[in-house]
Amino acid sequence: MTRSLLALTSVALLAASPVLADPLKVGMITTLSGPGAGLGIDIRDGFALATEHLGGKLGGQDTQIVEADDQQKPDVAVGLANRMVERDRVNVVTGIVWSNLALAMMPTLAAGKTLFVSPNAGPSQLAGSQCNPYFFNVAYQNDTIHEAMGKHVQDAGFKKVYLLAPNYPAGKDSLAGFKRYYKGTVAGEVYTQVGQLDYAAELAQLKAAAPDAVFAFYPGGMGINFIKQFEQAGLKGATPLFGPGFSFDQDILAAVGEAALGAKNSAQWSPDLDTPANASFVKDFKAKFNRIPSMYAAQGYDAALLIDAAVKGVGGDLKDKDKLRAAMKAAKFDGLRGSFRLNNNQFPIQNVYLREVVKGADGTITNKLAGTVFTDHADSYAKDCAMK
Amino acid sequence: MPMSMDLLLLAEQGLNGLQLGVMLFLMAAGLTLVFGIMDLINLAHGSFYMVGAYLTAALVPVLGGFLPALAVAVLLTALLGLAVEAVALRTLYRRDHLDQVLATFGLILFFNELIRILFGPVPIFLNPPAALAGTVDLWGLTYPAFRLAILGTGLAVALGLWLLISKTRVGMLIRAGATNREMVMALGVDVRLLFGLVFALGCGLAGLAGAMAGPVLAVQVGMGEQILILTFVVIVIGGIGSIRGAFAGALLVGVVDTLGRALLPATFRLVMDAASANAAGAAAASMAIYVLMALVLAVRPKGLFPAA
Repeated sequence: MTRSLLALTSVALLAASPVLADPLKVGMITTLSGPGAGLGIDIRDGFALATEHLGGKLGGQDTQIVEADDQQKPDVAVGLANRMVERDRVNVVTGIVWSNLALAMMPTLAAGKTLFVSPNAGPSQLAGSQCNPYFFNVAYQNDTIHEAMGKHVQDAGFKKVYLLAPNYPAGKDSLAGFKRYYKGTVAGEVYTQVGQLDYAAELAQLKAAAPDAVFAFYPGGMGINFIKQFEQAGLKGATPLFGPGFSFDQDILAAVGEAALGAKNSAQWSPDLDTPANASFVKDFKAKFNRIPSMYAAQGYDAALLIDAAVKGVGGDLKDKDKLRAAMKAAKFDGLRGSFRLNNNQFPIQNVYLREVVKGADGTITNKLAGTVFTDHADSYAKDCAMK
Repeated sequence: MPMSMDLLLLAEQGLNGLQLGVMLFLMAAGLTLVFGIMDLINLAHGSFYMVGAYLTAALVPVLGGFLPALAVAVLLTALLGLAVEAVALRTLYRRDHLDQVLATFGLILFFNELIRILFGPVPIFLNPPAALAGTVDLWGLTYPAFRLAILGTGLAVALGLWLLISKTRVGMLIRAGATNREMVMALGVDVRLLFGLVFALGCGLAGLAGAMAGPVLAVQVGMGEQILILTFVVIVIGGIGSIRGAFAGALLVGVVDTLGRALLPATFRLVMDAASANAAGAAAASMAIYVLMALVLAVRPKGLFPAA
């Protein structure tokens, strides 16, 4: 009894203490340990660079970033979401890499009326019938990138394509997205274990099937394993390898080196994308973190810009959560991909590009734009979303 | 498809299975030695595997070649093992297995963070040496040269360990230590030194496994834990503490896993539609080695070749 009285008093005291301008609090829940940490660290660093470019103030407000490691575990992520809403009382949560974690956190954040800005995860559920007014995606809807590759492979005239992906929801979505646009023969459709190390068995089957092209969705460490072994099996050069940008992004390229050279992949961003903001982003990221930024770093950067635009939209008044949400929905800004806009389901409408893995002048292996696959593309789930 | 093609493919998958098995053996040999002789559950065995891979990757540009880098990396990993044994593990031998699990789990976190600080969060580059980067032609079968090198290394290590353990004095002590530690101590053998050497040998083998796996797999923080589970399956199937068991268990796991992945989806397609067969086949293939382990334990609860 006394304790709760004491607690109440201290809360009252806190509330009564003179309020300067409310600082903006951003919860950065991302993966900072374990094999998936590279992606989370890139998102965090991209976000930090944007905050630095904006003078430490998003939307002109003093900004406090509360960082937490979700360990790529849904239960940990939900616990952190709870903490961010109840204890840290953040205005916005961002940082999330994995779709399964984002889905698990959504109910908690929506109940706490806390804005959830995803810099990566874009599951179909949250884009379609279960779209949520508190969920904003600044990166892409998951299927889009794979659809773009399906379209390119179809347009390039390949007739017999072998498909591989890890055996989990995003892997199945990947191949489904690819097949939405690729209409030729599927020479084989193989699902491998999540985190699988050895692909010798699959590569032997692949070789025996003699496809005219291969599409592989393997993000992170799986991508490194697969690309190295694909080359060592003598398949590179003999059979063209395609994939979404995740299979050939900067985190993978540094580790596989020339084994990935020439691979075509699809993404909404590339280090050489010609926008005013992008050139300085790539240059400053390299200078600050001593590595070429990945897609994930660029997405983290744009997440900060979206929050910045929303806070500007309400003139720094963070009290009214609904106003902040409306301002985010209406936010217009020039991001790394140029003029940024959201669809009715609060996912981006954007171009998807074709990239090719090349060796730069300084010997680094990186991606280079090789064309545009989709222009102002909206995801295929937006029509099922009831939001206007 | 003509029959000969099918047979050739089957032969290739068999070879793939043996090669995976031999790689697992390099890991399992060290783990089972330490467990069998020192009665120590070392969860951090995977960390030494990671250290071996990272050191090799870091030393290739310095020493200018894969082989010298591998040799130095294995030596350094063994020395690191010696140091870790003296600093962290020596006090744990008398404690029960749960304490050992906790302490060596702490070591995993320590080494992961250390590597992250030293090398950064992004996976690093390691390729096979140029001479082994391509493929070789084995009677009509194109096979990656480096995988043959892994196969050769593993078999050489198996032979070397067999000679060490069955033909040398140290090996005799190791065998005696595994069977009855108190008796060996009572006979005046410096068990502390023996344990240190065994642990260093185990770590060196883990380092060698990491160095040989590095060019094929992602060299990244946490790579040790990915292979550790498989390694435990291997030594449980083979019989804890037995090198012979580790060898048999590793080959069995490698072949069953590879053939499962190669054949199960196709087998399922005979009885169901392609989409469900692909998913069900993949799921069944991922369970195959655990089913194998359950079967082995049901028939021989102490594994195939229990140590004494």
